[in-house]
Amino acid sequence: MHKHFLSIERLTQTFPDGKGGTLTVFENASFGIGKGEFVCILGHSGCGKSTIMNVLAGLSVPTSGVVKMDGVAVSGPSLDRGVVFQNYSLLPWLSALKNVTFGVKARYRDWSREKVLEHATKYLAMVGLEGDVIHRKPSQLSGGMRQRVSIARAFANQPKLLLLDEPFGALDALTRGTIQEELLKVWSQTEQTVFMITHDIDEAILLADRILLMTNGPFARVAESVEITISRPRTRTEIVDHPNYYAIRNHLVQFLGKRSRDLAGQRSEVESQSPDTVRIDLSETTPDPEPKPSPTRLKAVNG
Amino acid sequence: MQSLSVNKRAAILSFVMLVVILGVWEIAITRQVIGEALTEYEILMGLGQQRSAIPPPSDVMVKAWEQLSNPFYDAGPNDKGIGIQLAYSISRVLSGFGLAVLVAIPLGFLIGMSPVAYKALNPFIQVLRPISPLAWMPLALFIIQDANSSAIFVIFICSVWPMLLNTAFGVAGVRTDWVNVARTHELGSLRTALTVILPAAAPTILTGMRISIGIAWLVIVAAEMLVGGTGIGYYVWNEWNNLDLTSVIFSILMIGVVGMLLDAVFGTLQRAVTYAE
Ligand SMILES: Nc1ncnc2c1ncn2[C@@H]1O[C@H](COP(=O)(O)OP(=O)(O)OP(=O)(O)O)[C@@H](O)[C@H]1O
Ligand SMILES: [Mg+2]
Repeated sequence: MHKHFLSIERLTQTFPDGKGGTLTVFENASFGIGKGEFVCILGHSGCGKSTIMNVLAGLSVPTSGVVKMDGVAVSGPSLDRGVVFQNYSLLPWLSALKNVTFGVKARYRDWSREKVLEHATKYLAMVGLEGDVIHRKPSQLSGGMRQRVSIARAFANQPKLLLLDEPFGALDALTRGTIQEELLKVWSQTEQTVFMITHDIDEAILLADRILLMTNGPFARVAESVEITISRPRTRTEIVDHPNYYAIRNHLVQFLGKRSRDLAGQRSEVESQSPDTVRIDLSETTPDPEPKPSPTRLKAVNG
Repeated sequence: MQSLSVNKRAAILSFVMLVVILGVWEIAITRQVIGEALTEYEILMGLGQQRSAIPPPSDVMVKAWEQLSNPFYDAGPNDKGIGIQLAYSISRVLSGFGLAVLVAIPLGFLIGMSPVAYKALNPFIQVLRPISPLAWMPLALFIIQDANSSAIFVIFICSVWPMLLNTAFGVAGVRTDWVNVARTHELGSLRTALTVILPAAAPTILTGMRISIGIAWLVIVAAEMLVGGTGIGYYVWNEWNNLDLTSVIFSILMIGVVGMLLDAVFGTLQRAVTYAE
């Protein structure tokens, strides 16, 4: 296995199941993320996505296994790993701007007040929040605005790794679209490494370089790593015309609709469970032995 | 009438009720006094003054004017202005309350953050809390040997519990998400306590403080009746011994007004730290 910026090695998480036994959420999960990569993880509710993310963030300790960033094992939360939580997690007694400066002050402790303010304002402007709104409290902002503040807070800290837990889960489709594009814009300007949890297939295709697919729990596995062979920059309206779009989408739908269940509950015989790499590219000039991939036949090309 | 706002209508109604109450009181008293004044025999025998009648509101108002126009005069130990007496009481309440803040807030943080500390201290709290603060008075007088400090101690002991329990409750209830925000920003425990937990728990803590200051003000009057010397509680008792009911009624009203003001101060503070989620 070649060296990754972030490598997750044989991660296992068990919880007491409340009946005296143990619940194994996932076992020996291993995967890596390259520097500057945007990776999304897709899987059904309860399969353990948030659990993985909490481990990556250093907020919880796994039962066994290690997470290494830049070769160093993660042992607790760090400013190098910014987190956007599922429910925004803004501090409600601070204004939008103060929520961002809260983070900036923690990151750059020697900066002057003016510099902190300027930096925070810049990142709020990047997600489209300018003028009076930034002085409002979170309760006076819409859900979309709150999520923007939360994203601005994370990006403003310029962490080496950004972890997003279903950042758009609570938003309507229109707002979702706008913020997704803002996220892409900010990401392309900052070249940060991003690990994002989502439920939304189209969102994952739009944003990710690679999508990790998880089977259902318990004993969930990161079964596949699907490359998104659609060139950037991408927009919502244009990607649907890309020749690879529907092929990739079908593959994902098939996985989540059927195979995530079929593969579920299979305990690992091997020690380490790296995901199979799946590459679907119909636009490649080289003759493809399987021009129209279907989930069953794809297994042959997995590697 | 319909076009007036709710507040205005309520204010008018309050005013009408006040006038009616004062009117009934005034009429009832003067009738009684006139009735008594009729028997010349009684006046001659000096019996008319025997029963000190409840004073009419007009007398109380005259008294109030007299006292409030010179609240800080000091003519010896038994004749001080109402302002001085109230100042004594307020300073005792604030000292005892201040000490209680210094103890209750840090201890409340500890209890709120550590389940072990909570379980360990809970039996003590449960036993000590229901004790009437005045029951401590003899012990305090014996140990401290000073009336003023004993009164302050009694205030301390009665205001510490609501603050302690509310702080612990508020701190324990801080959302884990907010604590996680602090953790991912690598804030130390002191900074987390000051910049995340304190503001998050502040509304609950201030609720406790507001309850405490109310109880402290209730208790100081009784405590000062016991220890004597100075303060509004002593003043009320002293005027009762002098059979000066006008002063008694006036000071009762002042106790109410000061209590209301103390509550208003904490109400304002509470509103200032309350946030909407
Ligand atoms: N602290 C815990 N104690 C016991 N079980 C837990 C705990 N945290 C999570 N679990 C269990 O672990 C499993 C995975 O939970 P997790 O929150 O990671 O799911 P998820 O994939 O993020 O789901 P969703 O998409 O709904 O957010 C669930 O079955 C959950 O019940
Ligand atoms: Mg989750």
